[in-house]
Amino acid sequence: MSEHQMNGAEALILSLEKIGIEVAFGIPGGSAIPLYDAMYKVRKKMKFVLVRHEQGAAHMADGYARATGKPAAVLVTSGPGAANTVTGIMTAYMDSIPMIVVTGQSVRGMLGKDAFQEADIFNLTLPIVKHSYLLKNANDIPRVLKEAYHIATTGRPGPVLIDVPKDVGTDLCTAGLDAEMNLPGYHPEPKGYTPETLQAIADALAKSRRPVIVAGHGAVLSHAEDELRTLAETMQIPVTSTLLGKGVFPDSHALSLEGLGMHGTAYANRALVECDLMISVGARLDDRILGVPAMFCRDAVKIHIDIDAAEFGKLVKPDIRCRGDAKTVLQDLLPLLEPGDTAEWRKALAGYKKKWPLGYAKKGGLHPPQIIDALNKLTGGKAVMTTDVGQHQMWAWQFYKCDKPWQFISSGGAGTMGFGLPSAIGAQFGRPDETVVAIVGDGGFQMTMSELATAAIHKLPVKVFLMNNHYLGMVRQWQDMFYDERYSGVDLEGNPDFVQLAKAYGILGLNLKRAADIPKVLKKALEHRGPVLVNVEVVKHEEVYPMVPPGKPLEDTVMEHPKKKKGRPAGRRATTAATKANRE
Amino acid sequence: MNKALPTHNLSIYVANRPGALVRIAQAFSRRGFNIESLVVSPGATGDFSRMTITAKGDEAGLEQIIMQCSKLVDVLACREHSDEEVVARELGLVKVAVDAAQRGEVLQIADHFRAKTVDLTETSIVLEVTGGSEKLDAMVELLRKFKIVELVRTGKVIMARGEGET
Repeated sequence: MSEHQMNGAEALILSLEKIGIEVAFGIPGGSAIPLYDAMYKVRKKMKFVLVRHEQGAAHMADGYARATGKPAAVLVTSGPGAANTVTGIMTAYMDSIPMIVVTGQSVRGMLGKDAFQEADIFNLTLPIVKHSYLLKNANDIPRVLKEAYHIATTGRPGPVLIDVPKDVGTDLCTAGLDAEMNLPGYHPEPKGYTPETLQAIADALAKSRRPVIVAGHGAVLSHAEDELRTLAETMQIPVTSTLLGKGVFPDSHALSLEGLGMHGTAYANRALVECDLMISVGARLDDRILGVPAMFCRDAVKIHIDIDAAEFGKLVKPDIRCRGDAKTVLQDLLPLLEPGDTAEWRKALAGYKKKWPLGYAKKGGLHPPQIIDALNKLTGGKAVMTTDVGQHQMWAWQFYKCDKPWQFISSGGAGTMGFGLPSAIGAQFGRPDETVVAIVGDGGFQMTMSELATAAIHKLPVKVFLMNNHYLGMVRQWQDMFYDERYSGVDLEGNPDFVQLAKAYGILGLNLKRAADIPKVLKKALEHRGPVLVNVEVVKHEEVYPMVPPGKPLEDTVMEHPKKKKGRPAGRRATTAATKANRE
Repeated sequence: MNKALPTHNLSIYVANRPGALVRIAQAFSRRGFNIESLVVSPGATGDFSRMTITAKGDEAGLEQIIMQCSKLVDVLACREHSDEEVVARELGLVKVAVDAAQRGEVLQIADHFRAKTVDLTETSIVLEVTGGSEKLDAMVELLRKFKIVELVRTGKVIMARGEGET
């Protein structure tokens, strides 16, 4: 077909392929039929995956991007189709994930007239997109697609939404696919810093005796793992990683302190309390890692490296701010460094590691960390792991050890339940030859479990480990610790038989109920060639520690359930609801 | 409490695209800044618009808003200007209910502020006044002894003095 005969929808599909989109996830609907018709007619290389719910499509595109670094497309219809992607777009936005979301829309003449399946998705999504377009002219399509890709993938990545009225899709597009971008206000600057800033950082590092590196998602996104490691090793600086920074510095490295913050390790949190310098490489220093923002590293020199200037001072006021791409900054910084003396500091931290190791109970039923630990040993930490959101997510973060980035996929900023399964499907599409494991809870899993169909149809060998405690465990933990055990709305009584559910989708379903069966069941699941759902009947009551209670500084990291609660007249009851339930 | 917060002059140069105004307004509202005046007008070339915003809020919040606005794809520049760095002008139209007996004093006030009479009837007068916002405030205050029927102000527009960029 010559370019001059294509309609807008065809131009859009061809443009998606031209900009390099390899896979699209979606569901059609009335307003998206021209797009789907065009896909039928002109699509060549781009893979299309029909999902079961639009939220799933967005999370799959998200998982794909987190596993490959490349954006995928989401193709949905207007109104409810578009609105169902909102959670997925928000999740991607909060975690800086590139994504191209194409939504069908009512015809131009009906916009604003409450047409059937009309939703003003452009305005609905304004606060959760990096940028967005409402197309009014078919000839704009090649340019807009090129711009969308550029915006989504450069600077601080993020989702871009393109709303396409049905008749823009059917209009003739006479513009060529080689369009010029027109973005006068968009200048992602990898080097938004001066040599003086770098020298100031080098000088501060040279002076420091107790430095800590906080490695974040920005270090992952800019592929700065080698430079980061060189920085840490040259200067002998311990490194702690955020949830999304997991693996950018090897968990197994002697200088690794693993995670920090609310459920980070006690030694990482202690390091941040005692350090005299904190250098953040691509972390946005969000409320979940700070404890009390004003008390975070309050006596230390704070250096903040970020591609997004809007992160400086949002919660923590840095002494030195350095705007730039993490890799580029470190490359320019490394030649200026003079190794400092951190021997005493490292010795102190080694002591803390011994004093407060991560641990979990092994007796009295199955414990989620035990399963994750076993998976870690079986896979050697080499599988791609996705998680849902809740207690299991924190245990996965703590006990699955990654030595590489792009291995651990989790909804951090948004904390979106229902993320685990679809993101694993997306990751598996991106890395078909690797083992992809999803750790989910019974709460989150049931929010998007219809995507089991997508896994089954495409014979995707995702391994889903369902930590089934029949509770919304993280909320229950808070109710237990801070709300006097008033368990409100957390009992998931009425869960289905998940093994039967898997079978209904034609998927292998396995039960795991005894500790003695862990090696056997896990091995069977990992070796199975297709998708697997393992229902792990874990203890009903278990809490994630260490924990920094909300509103407390990192100094107040607790290692176990507080025996006495402040402000509670009678103290904790001798027999708690927790012990009762575990006896059941 | 709100009174104690300083007022800030912001000038935003933005590509003339749908949604740009809403994106900017959201950056303010999400951070609890109350926009006191907002003027949007075509820039020197038709592809761009100039927004002049005055808003009340604390310094830390303002810094966030400037950075959040600056990173919007359509925004070319977002700057704060102190009163000293800029020429600032505002235009106001004031409709005052006056009969023949009161007209003389109203015109005397208008003359003092170099306001123009742009409409006159048996029972009303419309005055047009241009200048700094404080000048408009002062004239309006003096006119309050009469019955102000309507008051419309454009909001402040600013331009950097000399070589400075707005």
